[in-house]
Amino acid sequence: MTGLHARVGVERPGFTLDLPLDVAPGEVVALLGPNGAGKTTTLRALAGLVSLTAGIVELDGVPLDDPARDVFVRAEDRPLGMVFQDYLLFPHLTALENVAFGPRARGTARSAARDQARAWLARVGLAEVASAHPSALSGGQAQRVALARALVTEPRLLLLDEPLAALDAVTRLAVRSDLRRHLTEFAGTTVLVTHDPVDAMVLADRIVVVEDGRVVQEGAPADVARAPRTEYVARLVGLNLVRGTAHGTTVRIDGGGVLHVSGPAEGEVLVAFAPSAVALHRERPTAGSPRNTWEGRIGGMEQHADVIRVSVDSQPPVLADVTTAAVADLDLTPGSRVYATLKATETQVYPA
Amino acid sequence: MLVPALVGLAFLVLPVVAVLLRTPWAALPHQLARSEVLESLRLSLVSATLATTLCLLLGVPLAWVLARSELRGRGLVRALVTVPLVLPPVVDGVALLLLLGRRGVLGQYLDAWFGISLPFSTAAVVIAEAFVAMPFLVISVEGALRAADRRYDDAAATLGASRWLTFRRVTLPLVAPGVAAGAALSFARALGEFGATITFAGSFPGVTRTMPLSVYLALETDPDAAVVLSVVLLVVSVLVLATLRGRWLSGVPR
Repeated sequence: MTGLHARVGVERPGFTLDLPLDVAPGEVVALLGPNGAGKTTTLRALAGLVSLTAGIVELDGVPLDDPARDVFVRAEDRPLGMVFQDYLLFPHLTALENVAFGPRARGTARSAARDQARAWLARVGLAEVASAHPSALSGGQAQRVALARALVTEPRLLLLDEPLAALDAVTRLAVRSDLRRHLTEFAGTTVLVTHDPVDAMVLADRIVVVEDGRVVQEGAPADVARAPRTEYVARLVGLNLVRGTAHGTTVRIDGGGVLHVSGPAEGEVLVAFAPSAVALHRERPTAGSPRNTWEGRIGGMEQHADVIRVSVDSQPPVLADVTTAAVADLDLTPGSRVYATLKATETQVYPA
Repeated sequence: MLVPALVGLAFLVLPVVAVLLRTPWAALPHQLARSEVLESLRLSLVSATLATTLCLLLGVPLAWVLARSELRGRGLVRALVTVPLVLPPVVDGVALLLLLGRRGVLGQYLDAWFGISLPFSTAAVVIAEAFVAMPFLVISVEGALRAADRRYDDAAATLGASRWLTFRRVTLPLVAPGVAAGAALSFARALGEFGATITFAGSFPGVTRTMPLSVYLALETDPDAAVVLSVVLLVVSVLVLATLRGRWLSGVPR
């Protein structure tokens, strides 16, 4: 079997990681999750920088870590490349020497290693900074050098730890599309870790959402964005998420309340709806079209692009996007009593 | 605050000024050309250099173990490393004599099996100096290793570098300023070493009589010579300090 076959089990005091992960050659999988979910530990375990306490790591059919059979291949003997969160370019070496380090360490002659390094620097568009030290590189350049350093040895497994987190918004856009191109060209298996949903959506073929050491959702980026399965994922992709029990077009919400939804369903369901679908009123709206109304107080307000995102402490709690004009008209401030309404047609229902 | 600070500064500087004030500058060239002076200067520089080399060879690995290994009882090892630092140098000399002396715990076997007798030889000078100087190097290098980002080692490992290659090409260059500072400190300490040397190695002209020993002996017979020797040691020490300039005189270490 080719590609990565892993079940990453790491047991630490107060933390258990148990993550099945199968990635085909050429595929890019993003581990998406909050800080402390175990994403980086997973990456370090795949790299051989942390050893498993349970499970297995197998690459192209070769076991790299199998505690049950006492197999452990050290990081330096694994065919992998890794890009670290803040790149960790060796500060005392030039960009060229940084990229040539891998081939040299793996036994390539000095001049051949330099040729390979030069070719890779050219490939990431950085031929002109070959003799610069990392301190003289911009964030975007450092990221590209780190990528070249990881790919120059033609690894079978590429690991990226928050590859774009250290970049400012503008650079990030450019580097992200470049990175996507390089990942598409890369024939091996790629696992990347991020807490940014946009990075995951743009770069990955498949998203694995990790929370508290476990997989809570897995699927194509579009599916994850459309139908989040946990509060965390919903928040990431900017949706409200309610859990409940459906009977026809009525959902009895866990924790109290009822929601009228668009399509009929039965049993345990999740209901997702966009904050922009939620409207706020100061007076109780008169009954009319099939819509949902909650009463609550405004918990917080924050600017979100060109709208104000208002969180309403109601049952269930919801996020609503309103215009600046509406905030002024309705005199909305934290603590204000409001009514939130939502049309049933704006909801999406799917089995829990 | 300012007055005690100035008094403190004067306290540190005035003795050095006194040496310079009383230096017989006219007789300096003549004194310097004396063979005993040159001999003991040469001996001092050679033995301090050898001692520093010994400190580097043994101290850097020791510092690495203290900073990087998961060894149990590291705290105890660290405490043991600093023992020569807190013991009076004369006691250091006695301890060396009891271990490596002709009848010492190890020395008796060196003598019996290999015919090697360390005390009262130049080798003994080097050992005494290294013994008192090594803690400076270990502490300095360990601090640098602790401050260095260990994740560079991880990065090197994912690039296929063995531990030894990583140490040579990544770790050591990253802590080079710390190693240099430790080496300079050790050299200065070795150069000034008196108590352990005279106890363990004695004071034989040309063999074990280093500069500090010469200064002490000259003070009884030829005070002018003592001052000249002191000036020479002072100059060498200032040179050592100058190599540390970038690191300390400018304030914050890298």
